[in-house]
Amino acid sequence: MKAVLGLEDGQFVVGEGFGVEGECSGELVFNTLMTGYMEALSDPSYYGQILMFTFPTIGNYGVDVQNMQSQNIKARGIICREICDAPDVKPTIRQYFEQKKLLGICGVDTRSLTIKTRVKGTLRSALVVGSEDGEYAVKLAKKAPSISDCDPIPEVSCKAPYRIPGKGKRIAIIDLGLKTNMITSLSRRKGDLYIFPHNAVPEDIFAIEPDCLFITNGPGDPKRAVQTIDTVKKCIGELPLFGICMGNQIAALALGGDTFKLKFGHRGANQPVRYHDGRIFITTQNHGFAVNGDSLPEGCEVTFVNANDKTVEGFENEDLKINCVQFHPEAHAGPMDTECHYFDGLFRRIS
Amino acid sequence: MPKKEHIKKVLIIGSGPIQIGQGAEFDFSGSQACRAMREEGVKVVLINSNPATIQTDPEMADTIYIEPIRADVITKIIDKEKPDGVLSGMGGQTGLNMTAELAEKGALKNVEILGTPLEAIYKGEDREKFRNLMLEIGEPVPNSTILTSLSQVDDAIKAIGLPAVVRPAYTLGGAGGGIARTREELLRTVELGLARSRIHQVLIEESVLGWKEIEFEVMRDSADTCIIICGMENVDPMGIHTGESVVVAPILTLRDDEFQMLRSAAIKIIRALDVQGGCNVQFAYHDGNYRVIEVNPRVSRSSALASKATGYPIARVAAKIAIGLRLDEITNTVTGCTPASFEPSIDYIVVKVPRWPFDKFKGADRTLSTAMKSTGEVMAIGRTVEEAFMKAKRSLDTDIQLHTSHSEIRMILSRPTDERFHCLFDAFRQNFTLEEIAQLTSITPFFLEKIRNIVNMEKRLADGACSIEDFNSARRYGFSNTEIAQISGKNIREIEAVTAAPSYKVVDTCAAEFPANTPYFYSTYETDCEIVPTKSKKVLILGSGPIRIGQGIEFDYCTVHAVQALREEEGIEVHIVNNNPETVSTDFDTSDRLFFEPMQLEDIVNILKTDNYFGVMVQFGGQNAVNLAVPIENEIKRLGLFTKILGTSPDAMDIAEDRDRFSVLLKKLNIPCPTNSSAYSEGEAKAMAEQIGYPVLVRPSYVLGGRAMEIVHDERDLETYMKEAVRVSKNHPVLIDSYLQNAIELDVDAVCDGHDVLIGGIMEHIEQAGIHSGDSACVIPTQSLTPAVVDMVRDYARRLALGLGVIGLVNFQLAVKDNIVYVLEANPRASRTVPFVSKATGIPVAKIAAKVMVGRKLRDLGYKEREIEHIAVKEVLLPFNKLAGVDTMLGPEMKSTGEVMGIDYDFGLAFYKACISADNELPLKGSIFISVNMQQKGEVIPIARQLRDLGLVLYGTEGTVDYLSEAGIEAHLIRKVQEGSPNVLDMMRHGEIRLIINTPQDRQSRQDHYQIMRAAVDFSIPYITTLQAARAAALAIDAIKREKMTLEPISHYLK
Repeated sequence: MKAVLGLEDGQFVVGEGFGVEGECSGELVFNTLMTGYMEALSDPSYYGQILMFTFPTIGNYGVDVQNMQSQNIKARGIICREICDAPDVKPTIRQYFEQKKLLGICGVDTRSLTIKTRVKGTLRSALVVGSEDGEYAVKLAKKAPSISDCDPIPEVSCKAPYRIPGKGKRIAIIDLGLKTNMITSLSRRKGDLYIFPHNAVPEDIFAIEPDCLFITNGPGDPKRAVQTIDTVKKCIGELPLFGICMGNQIAALALGGDTFKLKFGHRGANQPVRYHDGRIFITTQNHGFAVNGDSLPEGCEVTFVNANDKTVEGFENEDLKINCVQFHPEAHAGPMDTECHYFDGLFRRIS
Repeated sequence: MPKKEHIKKVLIIGSGPIQIGQGAEFDFSGSQACRAMREEGVKVVLINSNPATIQTDPEMADTIYIEPIRADVITKIIDKEKPDGVLSGMGGQTGLNMTAELAEKGALKNVEILGTPLEAIYKGEDREKFRNLMLEIGEPVPNSTILTSLSQVDDAIKAIGLPAVVRPAYTLGGAGGGIARTREELLRTVELGLARSRIHQVLIEESVLGWKEIEFEVMRDSADTCIIICGMENVDPMGIHTGESVVVAPILTLRDDEFQMLRSAAIKIIRALDVQGGCNVQFAYHDGNYRVIEVNPRVSRSSALASKATGYPIARVAAKIAIGLRLDEITNTVTGCTPASFEPSIDYIVVKVPRWPFDKFKGADRTLSTAMKSTGEVMAIGRTVEEAFMKAKRSLDTDIQLHTSHSEIRMILSRPTDERFHCLFDAFRQNFTLEEIAQLTSITPFFLEKIRNIVNMEKRLADGACSIEDFNSARRYGFSNTEIAQISGKNIREIEAVTAAPSYKVVDTCAAEFPANTPYFYSTYETDCEIVPTKSKKVLILGSGPIRIGQGIEFDYCTVHAVQALREEEGIEVHIVNNNPETVSTDFDTSDRLFFEPMQLEDIVNILKTDNYFGVMVQFGGQNAVNLAVPIENEIKRLGLFTKILGTSPDAMDIAEDRDRFSVLLKKLNIPCPTNSSAYSEGEAKAMAEQIGYPVLVRPSYVLGGRAMEIVHDERDLETYMKEAVRVSKNHPVLIDSYLQNAIELDVDAVCDGHDVLIGGIMEHIEQAGIHSGDSACVIPTQSLTPAVVDMVRDYARRLALGLGVIGLVNFQLAVKDNIVYVLEANPRASRTVPFVSKATGIPVAKIAAKVMVGRKLRDLGYKEREIEHIAVKEVLLPFNKLAGVDTMLGPEMKSTGEVMGIDYDFGLAFYKACISADNELPLKGSIFISVNMQQKGEVIPIARQLRDLGLVLYGTEGTVDYLSEAGIEAHLIRKVQEGSPNVLDMMRHGEIRLIINTPQDRQSRQDHYQIMRAAVDFSIPYITTLQAARAAALAIDAIKREKMTLEPISHYLK
């Protein structure tokens, strides 16, 4: 089965298709991690995007459903150099894509597409599996809306509140597309978790008398999450506030700060962040937008910066009890180096 | 944190000679460390006994000592140089052990240990301390027990069970260790291990045979930032030393959660060891469980591989960390725009395959286990595992024997030897199922699947009905057009016409996330090629590939020198192609462009096609590169490229290689040579040998390191030999030379520009002609030749270089007998003595040659042959202690792995230094065992007398003792081995013999001789196997008793 990937700039690439016939479109983003393809594909932050792996071999250890970060694959499509089987692990990724009716293309020069993305910035793209019609794929890519015109959060956020009970601190979580492992990290520390949908109102949150509010990661442009920003704004000062990834951006926006779109984002498991004490941590990241450090109001201190491009990777406001990070301390995929640092810190701050 | 301002001068200890388990990787890392230190304004004092290293070049360090790496020597150097710190982790295990010893002896009172702290050296190497540390931090280690005596073996079996792994403490490459399946095996291995261990200690360990073997290269700085440079996975599961395993990077068969569990453990361990710099951590992993197997708190072979695999310069960064810099204060030189504090992400697959010396050692035990036997390795890069596997196989450049017998395949798969990797392919060819192979080998099915894919492709190609698409798929699986043509039975031109050209991709540490200016390329088959053609004058230099016996680090040294020389020339861009990850030549900033590629004709020509090359240099990479001269020239003509083979023309090379053409030239120049001829059949050979007269020297043409060369004494031996030799090389004749008995052999390295000849050095061999020049100790200047003879040598070398039409380097081998100089061989290429000559005389012959090859004239370069007042001796290192079952006799086949240099103002002292450096410590007192054959008894008398006069006690067996007594030299009688106990072996075992002089024996005493030599090797007793070396040893002992060794940097001698 053939497949074709079209880009908004008119380029198209033909390769081998896998999964099922069909088409999709969205931003083409690349991730440089070398293990953890299932975690990435199931990360709700990729919702609406077509995910390309720079690592050339995908499927090498099969499908590890137990490590998925949500119920199903969230990326619209997958691009890789080679899809392969681990003969002793079932299902293989090829089988999984067929079973779940997903779209994939392999056999393409992913490195050349990565360089293009790096040079030109993130491009809109379309993947058509079961076709070689490049013109059509390009047309589809051009028609795809800009990410800042989309509202993917409602698609991945929970529809109604629910609780994962624990014996410890009560944590209100606004789910913008949470990764399973955030829950695991909070539960492991005995958190009593109340998870709210993205459109929760402050009253819902205050009603459970939480010890803090925690905002998760999520897809798309943070500025589109108007209702969440509004809720958070009303909680600031009332509750200690924590956030990861989009949670970090929402907190900044709620404080009156600004976010901006990165040229091609940070996606990988090897991103160095520099803590204000000089230590460097290697982190997992998946974000296309970042907080503008200069826009943060007085009282906020940037705690982490990316050692590569010096963008904001976390900030703190002691008076308002806000502590957020842009990277993913819950890892999965990626290094666990900041897991204790962040989550232990969270619990220490609220006890 | 800023750099440590009080550290202004640092001592770096090199790793000494190349040996199995300690290869060129430490020259690579030491050189990076020297450069990194000096960039920060720190002065570097370097000590290494190995002259064939880039790090000992004058421009690498501020003060360089080519001296024995021994505590007393280094202590004196420390007293003299007063360094502020010593960088412990750059010289391999030798460097670490020496640092520990120096500290124990109090020599480091005013010297800070940088990088690996003393405690970490102990914890990394002392098995018990390591185990305790792991238990303390909650990291699982295999069940184990420590033995310090043989009597504890049975208790150990009770506690651990069998099979069990034996690991001696403080040895290189696991020497003396192994897996024991029975009590007897265990006893034998423990005995050996105890003898080899510096602290007489071995560890017996729970076997984790068959578990996955996973390694991490970790870096840590003074701010406690820890990063993983590279995770690597051994295709061969636990049970085979990682240096003996096929290794892939990154780790491919672990899920992320499994990977992260091990990654976190590795970081925990480097923190517990408090290493500031690099550290290698090895794990066994099976189904959710892991054990920490080993930690190397230093740079290593694995870190060299990780550096080449990712592009991240581990040694360079480790050196900067050692003087206080933080990872985020060091720039990633590859991207130039990001800090070194990140983890490399790669977008290709790397495969490393070891290169074993069993083609040289027919009798050796080829079983692979936890001790190293390989001499080198190749690395290959591809975008798929299949492609990397195929490229690695091509890079190895060995004859691979096909196996078709199912029982044989089963045997090799289940009891691994060097053939196992190739045999996996054979198994699939013979339709073994993947499950069966997995069961026999415990190799993870993922890798087997990849091999099956390759074999299936092979089958499809062999089927004949292949489409263009199939050919291109085969290319993407890493098959070369040549291979496709061979398998499919088609003409290569047909295949070329329909397959795509390779594209070259960059190794950039970051999977293209950031722009990189590294010029580090590998070929693959993709849409985009990242090479941007340039207008400059480009020269491609062929490297020497994996280190093997006969083609060692010396050729990498020459390659690097050629690059350095050409980079000084205006307007020339220098490119290297090579596939050896251990070397300086494959450091990404050595050349203007690096191609990490196999070096078969097609791979080289593909590179030439990418860009408009001015020339190719084949002289520096050893015989393999030289052999490509004619084929490359033919391809250049066929393709109509403008590229030239630079230097000596391929035709002139052919004259030197072709005995008949060479004889004609010698005759024309009126230069004598031993009677010789070439034979193409056994009958012809017999007739010619008869005519020349036995003994004769026989060998195949186009040899590498004297492969299959032999001295043949009679027709029966010749018959046996012909069967062997013809199999070795069927396209070329067998050469038969008259053998000059007891002649003095010489080596001459020279450079010729077509008009003038520069003699780099004339070396006199210490061993007689007939022992391979690569195995013979030698000395500059000559010691026993008259000035008239030396002049004659010069004259022949000059005329022959000009007569051959040499442009560049040439090496001559000559023999002198009865004041007649015979030319044995001319090799118009770099020779293995080039580094020694350069260090001994200060004339950088390889650099000069490279310049001459691009048109510079010797006259303008201003170098002259040098008269030196000092004496430099080269001695070799033999691998017998690493290879069981190998004959320890020297002969025309090369056996040594590395070399050392001793330099002083007296021959005896220089020879003494060289012996110490080659781990052959000559005793100043105690007992010597002498055994020589009947013919040599007359010659041994003066030597024995001198040794006796020097206060040494002589021992011998009946004949020798009688003979010596008759000459008035008292010697003690000791039983021969077959005469029962106590005999010479018992004395050796009890450490009562300090030196053995044992020359080749007649057939009857062979067994005795063999056992004695094997015991000498196993119990690390110094030994000498030629009378010439014995004579030199006596001179050396005499000298060291009379005089002090000179301890001066190399620059002092070359003033």
